[in-house]
Amino acid sequence: MDSFLKIRGLNKHFGDKRVLDGIDLDVAAASVTTIIGKSGIGKSVLLKCIANLLQPDAGTIELDGQAISQSRRNAQSDAGVSFSYMFQNNALFDSLTAFENVALPLCEASKLNKAEIEERVDEMLVHLELSDSADRYPGELSGGMKKRVALGRALITKPQVVLFDEPTTGLDPERKFSVFEMIVDYRERFGFTALLVSHDIPEVFEISDRVAWLDEGRIKFFGKPEELNTDAQSALSGFLSKANYGRKSSLMNGANE
Amino acid sequence: MKNRSIEFLVGSFVLLGLAAVLYLAIQVGSARFFGSDSYTVTARFSSASGVNPGSRVEIAGVRVGTVKDVVLDEFFDAIVTLELPNSLELDEDTIASVKTAGLIGDRFIDLSPGGGFPMEPGYEIVDTESALDIESLISRFALGGIDEKAE
Amino acid sequence: MSVVFDLGEISLFGWGALRGFFTQRGRLAKLTLGIHEIGVRCFPIIATVGLFTGLVMGLQLYYTLVKFGAESALGTAVALSLIRELGPVLTALMVVGQAGSAMASELGIQRNDEQIDALQTMSIDPLGFLVGPRLVATLICFPILTAIFDLIGIFGGYLTGSVLLNVDSGVYWNRVFESVTWADVQGGYIKALVFGLLTISICAYRGYNTHRKASFPGVRGVSESATRAVVWSSVTVLAADYLITSFLM
Repeated sequence: MDSFLKIRGLNKHFGDKRVLDGIDLDVAAASVTTIIGKSGIGKSVLLKCIANLLQPDAGTIELDGQAISQSRRNAQSDAGVSFSYMFQNNALFDSLTAFENVALPLCEASKLNKAEIEERVDEMLVHLELSDSADRYPGELSGGMKKRVALGRALITKPQVVLFDEPTTGLDPERKFSVFEMIVDYRERFGFTALLVSHDIPEVFEISDRVAWLDEGRIKFFGKPEELNTDAQSALSGFLSKANYGRKSSLMNGANE
Repeated sequence: MKNRSIEFLVGSFVLLGLAAVLYLAIQVGSARFFGSDSYTVTARFSSASGVNPGSRVEIAGVRVGTVKDVVLDEFFDAIVTLELPNSLELDEDTIASVKTAGLIGDRFIDLSPGGGFPMEPGYEIVDTESALDIESLISRFALGGIDEKAE
Repeated sequence: MSVVFDLGEISLFGWGALRGFFTQRGRLAKLTLGIHEIGVRCFPIIATVGLFTGLVMGLQLYYTLVKFGAESALGTAVALSLIRELGPVLTALMVVGQAGSAMASELGIQRNDEQIDALQTMSIDPLGFLVGPRLVATLICFPILTAIFDLIGIFGGYLTGSVLLNVDSGVYWNRVFESVTWADVQGGYIKALVFGLLTISICAYRGYNTHRKASFPGVRGVSESATRAVVWSSVTVLAADYLITSFLM
């Protein structure tokens, strides 16, 4: 498998705490890769290092064979950006309508004119089935709709890689499923490479081409989801069984309420 | 529609505000931004006590200008800079005196025009009268010349 | 020592925001929103506080001056103290209370909600986008609000001095117009600009850096940032006022 996004020896520490300690990761083009691991283990930190929101202490990130430096990434703004980031809490702007939120990256950081932007955003809203809510503010939208607006904003710049930071947190099981469907659906339609951080085990495996298990600052397992069960590592199976248990109990709590 | 009303409010605010800013500067603060319709002359006084920048300059009780600056020169005389409108033509014989409005009121500069050559901007009036020192006058009058402070 | 670091950081922050504004697109629309936030929405409070300040000064100064038989100087006293000191200082304090605290908490929430990170991932300069228009609006709004405060305050002094008490209205206005020089008005405007840049930079800085500066995460961090923003900028206004006055005098 040739890697589209190639990460080598990524280090990041906060104070005395080494959060990332030599991360190596290869992500194939147009694939869905999911990073799993305990809460607070550094999954979001890894994602933010890739998105350049955090500066890694050491290591390289290559996209399509080219090293990514901050300057190059910031320079890319007209044709489309390399990376988009979908935040856990959507990070939509309350004072802008759904339309304006989706149009924001184009209005502020592209050379497109107003008519072109409108056309592209309208098209995106049709895809996302949000045309009726274009003029509504995030506060007036349901959780699922907000997710779709955030996805629209992430995709409007035609990114090569989309980073999803826990896209399904805080959604009910049905919505979770529709968000996963959405990711798969749009991946096929727009052809981006997806990198997910998720706690929704095992549902997320259904849409993942590869799974990476992050523990103690390193990728301890990387492979197809099917290989997970046959893996001999006891720590990973321990984590997985706990994750499954946690999911079941939370489902049962949900049913009791 | 919502945005339109914001723009209208902001537009009115800026217009009204600029009017206030300029009114305060030009009318109240008598600032001049476009060239100068006034000229300055100086006057040398042995005492300019009570005269400050902004004090009035009068001729025959009519306000004609303002005091711009009061400084001490090397001979320990007070040099008072007067700002006068271009329309006011004075002669070199003009006498400048420090006067007091009422018994203890504000000090102002009174000009008594004379004859002779017209005064050029920057001219220094040397024919001046300093203010009457009311305190010393009273003490001399009341205490018959004994040099003591009247309480 | 940390004060020096903070001062440096805030200056760089304000400079970055101002510079960032001029690389933004749709500057006029953003500036309009900024002026609405800092100017239009502060107008009612500025007008009210200006009026009452003038009314009180009319009373206080009248009773002080009348002891010396100098009540005719009321116009001078009211106009000069408003234009030189009270106008710029009270305007800045009121705008801090009205717009500065709101801005600090809004930016704090946007920081916590990762909206600022989101801008960065979209290649939008967050400083220029969020703070820039507000700082430029500050440069426009502070002199305007100060002038409005001064004029309404002087009118308030007239109401108590001439309408309520017995200072001749001609004398009052005459004194106002005669005693105020351009240097006084200019000093007031300089103060307004400096106070504006300082307060809005501090408020924006505290909110924007909630994640670094507040001792608590989340909601408590935002409320702490808003409080700190108001306290810091108020103290800074008074300290800066002393410094500028001693330079101008």
